[in-house]
Amino acid sequence: MRWPPEPGVRRSSKQASEFAMLDRVLQSGWLTIALSIAYACIMSVLAPGFASIENGTNVVVAMLPLMVVATGQTIVLISGGIDLSVTSVIALTSIAGAAVVTNDAGWLAGNSVATPVAVLAMLIVGAAVGFFNGGCVAWLRMPPFIVTLTTMIFASGLAVWLTQSKSISHLPTSFMLLGKQLWASGLVAIAVAVGVQTMLSRTRLGSSIRAIGNNPLTALASGVRVAPATVFAYVLSGICAAVAALLITGQLETGSPVQWENNLLDIVGATVIGGTSLYGGRGHVLWTLSGVLLLTLIDNSLNLLNLSHFTIMMAKGGVILLAALLDAWRHRRGNR
Amino acid sequence: MNSTLLEMTGIRKSFYGVDVLKDVELRMQAGQTLGLVGENGAGKSTLMNIIGGNLRADAGQMQLAGELYVPHTPRDAQRAGVAFIHQELNLFANLSIAENIFLTSFPRTKLRNIDYNDMHQRADALLEQVGLRLSPRLLVENLSAGERQLVEIAKALRLAPRLMILDEPTTSLTSRETAKLFELLVSLQSNGMGLLYISHALGDVKRLCDEVLVLRDGAVVGQGPMCDFEPNQLVSMMVGRESSDQFPPRHNHPSKVKQLDVQHVTQPGVVRDISFVLNGGEVLGISGLMGSGRTELARILFGLDPMKSGHITMCGEPIERLPTAGRIARGMAMLTESRREDGLCMQASIAENMSLVAEPKYARPPWGLLRKAALTSALHAMRNAVKLSASTEWHRPVQTLSGGNQQKVVLAKWLLNQPKVLILDEPTRGIDVGAKFEIYALIDRLASDGQSILIISSEIEELLGICDRILVMSQGEIKDELARNEFDQSRIMLAALQADHVAASLRDADQ
Repeated sequence: MRWPPEPGVRRSSKQASEFAMLDRVLQSGWLTIALSIAYACIMSVLAPGFASIENGTNVVVAMLPLMVVATGQTIVLISGGIDLSVTSVIALTSIAGAAVVTNDAGWLAGNSVATPVAVLAMLIVGAAVGFFNGGCVAWLRMPPFIVTLTTMIFASGLAVWLTQSKSISHLPTSFMLLGKQLWASGLVAIAVAVGVQTMLSRTRLGSSIRAIGNNPLTALASGVRVAPATVFAYVLSGICAAVAALLITGQLETGSPVQWENNLLDIVGATVIGGTSLYGGRGHVLWTLSGVLLLTLIDNSLNLLNLSHFTIMMAKGGVILLAALLDAWRHRRGNR
Repeated sequence: MNSTLLEMTGIRKSFYGVDVLKDVELRMQAGQTLGLVGENGAGKSTLMNIIGGNLRADAGQMQLAGELYVPHTPRDAQRAGVAFIHQELNLFANLSIAENIFLTSFPRTKLRNIDYNDMHQRADALLEQVGLRLSPRLLVENLSAGERQLVEIAKALRLAPRLMILDEPTTSLTSRETAKLFELLVSLQSNGMGLLYISHALGDVKRLCDEVLVLRDGAVVGQGPMCDFEPNQLVSMMVGRESSDQFPPRHNHPSKVKQLDVQHVTQPGVVRDISFVLNGGEVLGISGLMGSGRTELARILFGLDPMKSGHITMCGEPIERLPTAGRIARGMAMLTESRREDGLCMQASIAENMSLVAEPKYARPPWGLLRKAALTSALHAMRNAVKLSASTEWHRPVQTLSGGNQQKVVLAKWLLNQPKVLILDEPTRGIDVGAKFEIYALIDRLASDGQSILIISSEIEELLGICDRILVMSQGEIKDELARNEFDQSRIMLAALQADHVAASLRDADQ
């Protein structure tokens, strides 16, 4: 098995062969992994404290929630859409779960079923927002961009309004377990990644989603149930965001209505850096893993170098832009 | 007029070590129409792209009107007076006719704004030249395919070219539009312009061209005055064998089992009161001009377009209320008119495209996990059955395949689902003669196995060659039905043209 699979060998016979080598490199699904390793090597020399077990743990801790939510984004991007609502789903589910379990007069404070109910509530809220997004896209034929952008603003406003902009703390340990214990977070992230990639590559639903992203008309004319599959993609993305919220809320020991509100570009960016196409039809969870790794490494190392927040934002923005350029180039190549 | 307009000597071109053009020689006079024929993959497009400045030859020389001609870009070619009308038109539907014509260099006022008055006046003159009586302000999206073709030519005429290359200009035109186009081409030619005309429609080439050049496998296998070649002879030169083998022998025996029963299907403005029966093991053809409602009928039968009234019964079960997916699950299949639009996922691999339809049969409950091993072996078997070239790898995007191989992938995708009723809309469009033959043989084999086939085609000869029965459509209605012993090309043409005159006179009255 090739790991990770190539983003599609798309060399047409009509192109100049002088750059064949460069071509192969840029088309490769290994590119981001290779860049991550190279980057880590350079930074372990340049950045003090980068190559330490402690810092390695920090990187992994930062990666896990991003990995989970970016996995959901991968599904939606493959279907040819985009889900911009994920950050506000994280915020909304974060306060929803916290409101159920908090010892500060939570609905089920102290009750033994509080934690399972809270987790379930988070998943349901995430799925519901995803269902709304998917429904608008699939049945009302609205552009994914505007639907999820609107949902993002609405859900984000709702979260702040519900909490009067206050964070919710004093959460029970059982609720924070998944976020606080590295092994538990790791298991959750791995389970989500394996589950989603299995769905994508080994089930009818997965090939339906890919076909829709490739060419929705062909999918429809080939008997693919386009609308349900599209809705499902957004629902999964919402659920992944809810799971990420569970990890984040546990890590930070607080449910916050502005949780992760500035991380939207990281999520879409990591997915695209990995090689999943913004044009739909092409993507892999393992690519997303490599994108998350590279983006987290950049964030972490530049922090260690004591660069300002704004400089780091510029650097990350630049990398994501490059990834989007590469995606556009691959897409043009494919269309020739 | 007897001056040499274009002369090509010793043109060679190879891609990745594969010779696509081998020492091609071409010579044409001003005021002459040269027909260029050959199978797909014979090198016609490559040759034209070299003339049009899209590609550069590896070796050889070109002279245009006696001067050395070395175009590096399409713009160079335009400046030298070479216009290239591509098969797929390059017009912007959301812009007006005039804007399309002047897109690359708008006339400007003194203040550097676009001079709309000047542009519309000049566009008007060009439109008159091509015989199109339309306002240059009209958006291109409102034009028919034939009108768009003429706009494309008007656009080329703006630069007063000496040589015009036309690549399959009539594929999407009605016969009236084709006649109009030919009139225009003849008048351009008599004004001294040279025309290079590429087409699979040998009848058109015969009608229009003074001289013909036949390419096979990148080499010229014949050039001479048109009158020296019979169409049969051209075909055999193109494929390297006799054209009597154009259609395979037939073995099917239609039964009296009604596989598909269509009763009074009506959709206002599209089709009216369509009724017919398709029997088991039968190959039923639908002939008709473009716009006669044949493709629309197929889409309605397949559940892709709505219908107002009528009944469709497949193998005894009413299906008119089912969505496309439900009809597919019950054994219907449809190869759509355009592979690119809704036939294939162009960027996806051969394997992915082939398995798209039949996958539900290989899904294991409760999670829908696919039985990959079984699916893969079925894919392999089907790939051999449709004779997809062995050299193509599974993971290659179908984008990179030839038209014939792409069509085989579409067929394979449907056959994997073992359909009972197979609707084929223009199954051989844009496919070379060899692949056509294989598809005909496949159709015959499927019918012999008892599958029912409804085939829509613009090529009457094709229908005559492979069908048991032919329905003729015009204006959304079935106008005639011919059993095999009544097959008659002129009767089909007559039925297809029925009411066409009425419509045309109505349209003229409107204007």
